[in-house]
Order: sequence, then C-alpha cells, then structure tokens
Amino acid sequence: MAEIAIEPGGLGASPNGASHNYLENTGKHKGILAWILSTDHKRIGILYMISIFTFFAVGVSLGFLMRLEMLVPGPQGKIFDAQQYNALFTLHGVIMMFMFVIPGIPATLGNFFLPIQIGAKDVAFPRINLLSWYLYVTGAIIVLCSLFWRGLPDTGWTFYVPYSIRTATNVTLAVFGVFVLGFSSILTGLNFLTTIHRMRAPGMSWFRMPLFVWALYANGWIQVIATPVLAITLLLIAIERVFHVGIFNPALGGDPVLYQHLFWIYSHPAVYIMILPPMGVVSEIVATFSHRTIFGYKMVAMSSLAIAFIGYLVWGHHMFVAGETQTAQFVFSLLTFLVAIPSGIKVFNWVATMYKGSIDLQPPFLFLMAFIILFSIGGLTGLILGSLATDVHLTGTYFVVGHFHYIIFGGGVFIFFGALHYWLPKMFGRMYNKKVANWALGILFVGFNMLYFPMLLLGYEGMPRRYFTYLPKYELLQHISMVGSWVLITGLIIMFWNLIRGIFKGEKCGANPWGGTTLEWSIPSIPPTENFEHVPVVTHEPYYHPEAEPGFVAEPVPVAK
Amino acid sequence: MESTESNIIVEGHSGEDKQEPISYGLYVVVWLGLIALTSLTAVVAGFNFAAFTLVIALLIALTKASLVVNYFMHVKFEDKIFKVFLAIAGFTICVIFLLTFSDVYFRR
Repeated sequence: MAEIAIEPGGLGASPNGASHNYLENTGKHKGILAWILSTDHKRIGILYMISIFTFFAVGVSLGFLMRLEMLVPGPQGKIFDAQQYNALFTLHGVIMMFMFVIPGIPATLGNFFLPIQIGAKDVAFPRINLLSWYLYVTGAIIVLCSLFWRGLPDTGWTFYVPYSIRTATNVTLAVFGVFVLGFSSILTGLNFLTTIHRMRAPGMSWFRMPLFVWALYANGWIQVIATPVLAITLLLIAIERVFHVGIFNPALGGDPVLYQHLFWIYSHPAVYIMILPPMGVVSEIVATFSHRTIFGYKMVAMSSLAIAFIGYLVWGHHMFVAGETQTAQFVFSLLTFLVAIPSGIKVFNWVATMYKGSIDLQPPFLFLMAFIILFSIGGLTGLILGSLATDVHLTGTYFVVGHFHYIIFGGGVFIFFGALHYWLPKMFGRMYNKKVANWALGILFVGFNMLYFPMLLLGYEGMPRRYFTYLPKYELLQHISMVGSWVLITGLIIMFWNLIRGIFKGEKCGANPWGGTTLEWSIPSIPPTENFEHVPVVTHEPYYHPEAEPGFVAEPVPVAK
Repeated sequence: MESTESNIIVEGHSGEDKQEPISYGLYVVVWLGLIALTSLTAVVAGFNFAAFTLVIALLIALTKASLVVNYFMHVKFEDKIFKVFLAIAGFTICVIFLLTFSDVYFRR
C-alpha cells in the first residue's frame, strides 16, 4: 500500500524552505490588525482560543465564588445575598455554556485542524469564518453588558418562563446576546459542512477522513439544524416581554411548558454539540498513542451521526416533572436510553483500540484515561436521571449539577485540555514540560472529583440546586466540595502556566512528536500559511500503521560491534 | 481493517455552472399558481371543516412552500446533495413537531 509522498521537511515545506508559517506576518496589515482582519483559519482558530479561554477564566472565577458562598450553612454570614447568588449561577451558566463549551473545540481546534486534516488550504468560506468570530465577540459583549445595566439577570442559564418574563432584571439583553452567539454557531457549522463536502483532497474519501472530522461533521449538522430553534425561542421571549403577546405566559393565554419544549429542542442537541467534538479528539488520541488503527472505524464514524440524530429526540427528559403528559414522559424516557447505544459503541471501540496496542503514556493519553473514567460516571448518573422514577426524586437537586459537570467538564473539557496537549506542539512548534503536565492532570483529577462527587451525594440526600444557603446536615459534603474547587483551580493554573510557557519557551519539537498518522502530522510544526505546498494525495485510511499489520517485517536494527 | 477501495471523491463538482437557464414563462406560471393557492386559502377559510381546518391550511401552505423552494430557490435544478440536506432538515422538523405533540395532544 502506497504511503503519502512526504518530502524532506514535510508536505508543507517548499524545496528551498522559503514558505512562511502562519505566525509570520505576510499580509498587508500590521500588528493586531493582522490578526483580527485575517481570514486564515489558523489565525481565526487562535483568536477564538484567546477569547474562549478568557471567558473560561471568568466562568471559573464565578464558579469558585459560588463554592465559597457555601462556607457557612444558614442564611446568616454569607458573602453574597440570595439575589447576588442567583446572578452568579446565571452568569456562570451562560458564560460557560454559550461562550465556552458550545463554541469550544470546533471553533478553536476545529477551525485550526479541520482544513489541514482533509488536505485543504482553508475552510470553504474564510470571510464568513471571520464573521463568525465577530458575531461571537459581539454576542459575548452584549451578554456581559447585561451584567452592568439595570441589575443582574437571575433566571439561570435556561431562562425558564414564566419567571424570565416576569422578572424585572435585564433578561431581554442577555437573551439577545445569546441570540447573536447562536448565529456565530450556525455559520461555523455551515462553514464546516461545506468544507467537508467540497474541499477534501484527492483520495480523501468519506471513510478516509479522520474521526475528528467525522465528529465535526455530525456537530455541524446539529449546529445548523438545532440552533435556529433556540434563536426563535429567544425571539419569542423578547416579543412576549416587549409587546406582551401571550406565547408562554399563562396569564396572557400562553403555555410555559411550550417554552421548555422549544428551549430543550435546541439545548439537548447542544449537549451533543459540546460532547461530539471531544469524542472525535478521543478517537485521534487513542489511535495515535496506541499506535494502532482505530477499532471499528466505520462504526465510530457512524455512531457520531447516530448520536447527533438521537440527540434530537430526547429533549423531553428535561421536563419529566414540569407538567409533561405521561405519554410524553414514557416516549422520551425510552428514547433517552437509546443514546446509550452509540455512546457505548464509541467507548468500547476506544478500549478495543488500546487492546494489544503499543501504548505510549504521554500527557494527552493520560487526559484521555481521565476522560473515560469521568465520562463513564457522568453517563451512568445520566441513566439514573433518565429513568422516570428516580428522576422524580433527584430532579432539581445537586445530583443534576454533579451529573452535568461530570459530562461536560469531566467529559468535554478534560478532552479539550487533552487536545491542547496533543495539538499545541503542532500549532506553535514547541513542547511543554510533560512532567508538569502529568502533575497538573493529577491535581485536576483529584480536585474535580472532590468538587463534584460530593454534589452527587448531596443531591441524593435532597440538597436543592440554585440555593444560596443550606441546612447544617450538608455542611461536611459542602466543605469537601468547596476545598475541591480550590484544588481544581490550582490544577488549572499549573496546567495553563505550563502550556503557555511551553508555547513561548518550550523545547522545539519536530513535525511529528507523537507519531501521528493523520495529515496534520505530515506538515511542519508551525504549519505554513497555505498548509500544504502541494495538494496531498491520500492513498490509505487515516490511522494506517504499517508496523501493526500482520506480516510486517521491520528493517533490521543496526547492531553495535 | 476496513476496505479502502472506495471512490475518489469530488462529489457535486459536476453540473456546476452548467445549469440550463429557466424560462420566464415557467416563473410566471409558478407565480400564478401561488396566487391561485393563496386565493384558495382565503376561500376555504369561509367554510367550517372542523378538525380538518388546520390540516387543509397546512397542506396548501406546504404546496406553496415546495413551489417556492423548487422553482424560485432552484432546488429542483440542483445537485442531489442539496436535496438530501433539505430532506434531512424537513424530516427533523417533522420529528420535532411529532414529539412535541406527544405531549401537547395528550394534555387534558
């Protein structure tokens, strides 16, 4: 089987070594303009990365303050009063959801690596790509303005009616900001879908695409089809608030449960927007560090599509106690359990890939191991919430909060961190300190479980979510959880310090520090502006390791005399 | 390991820029059709079809929408892939309606 023809210096280097990398400025603009007016997908990816992690830092700080609020039980001696606490959890939710995890991996690493992984020079619509970033920043600024103008929003990130219509706080502006953010998401999705359909390199057939690309493909579909539902819902809230048209408000003849339907028709698929791209990254990392082709490639690819599809059909499980009919409860509970099938396919195939692989325990792989453990806890607690009888007991408690963070933070964000450890050396040509990275992961893992596992127990014992106070009997677990947040933040600081230091001062690494087989590893580290000097021709599947094939004969190793 | 003897891609690249121009006559006919259907909507609004009122109104609307999408938005003359995209979006919205009604319809 033929290899990709890799020239000395990689596919991206020109023979005389004259090509520029994307960090060198070759455009007509200078300074910051060379970045914020660039249509290069790599630069846009980095713009997103800077903005997203800035908001992540804000979101983490708010989360830290929420935990600190639990220092003492009872309503006395609190740092924040009830209203301020409401604002804290609303902002924490809105910032983390709409500004961090939803754009998350696709907007940053997806933007950077999708065109490279399919052998293209850029995405299909580079200017729309830049427009998406501007929409993202505009939406984010609008949401943050709602902070300082006429009081803080206090509805929770779900903006549930009728409260969100009745409250005097600044919901309309926050909702409008989320609306703009939604458009950024739709355009990114559309861009990726078109790129994948139209711009694959010769020979890059559907089943030769890396699984990260497959995940982004499924993800693009969700963004394009589901996000408009959110946009419409948010517009309806605004119309109801401004013009007093009865849509959701029962006092005006509306239906509050209809709001929850519309909200979750978007927001449940959005959970898959948050988790599908990380699953794609997992497939990349597991294949690279096991030095094997992925087990059941087609099934893993198809399971992404299946998750995207079934993700549309389960939203009603957020409303089991919200006044939904028993018929709907039964239908949605049944459908919910179906998601376990494609998710199970993925987890088993990843583990099967490791079996008899030549595993290399590098930091990205260790993040993956942490992911599998945390995501499994998240998934199993999800089954508890998905079944009707137990959900009635647990809904609206810390159990939901714990489950949710295990999925999104333990699942999605841990892999985001793993992906940074995997791809940053490619993006900046320098390697971080691996030992520090491993320590950071250890601290993160301990801190994470200290913070969120007590929440599962607290919820089981009946501690409601979104309360600024608690009964003395919950004190011990609340304190463990609070200390966990300190440990977690310590881990985050060490990890980010190590990564940023690595970007600027790390040791230089070659084109392929991990032995990856997908196209991005065939170009130089710090990719050239045009990605590929020559259009690559793909002749085999993405995770082709000739040394793992039966009958492979290794070159004789020279022996010292 | 899976077979890799799959097709070389570049779907949808054929047929591009080679579309036959659509005659003004056809556009006028479609436009007249839309006007006729609008009139039909206005006329049937005068009759009491009880439970079927909504169904009839939606059927007419659907016919009109498909005319617009197929002719004015050129989907009829496009590559298969665009039709598939549209079908998936349409299918999804039907499913969303169906499941929402599994709640609303049974609510008493």
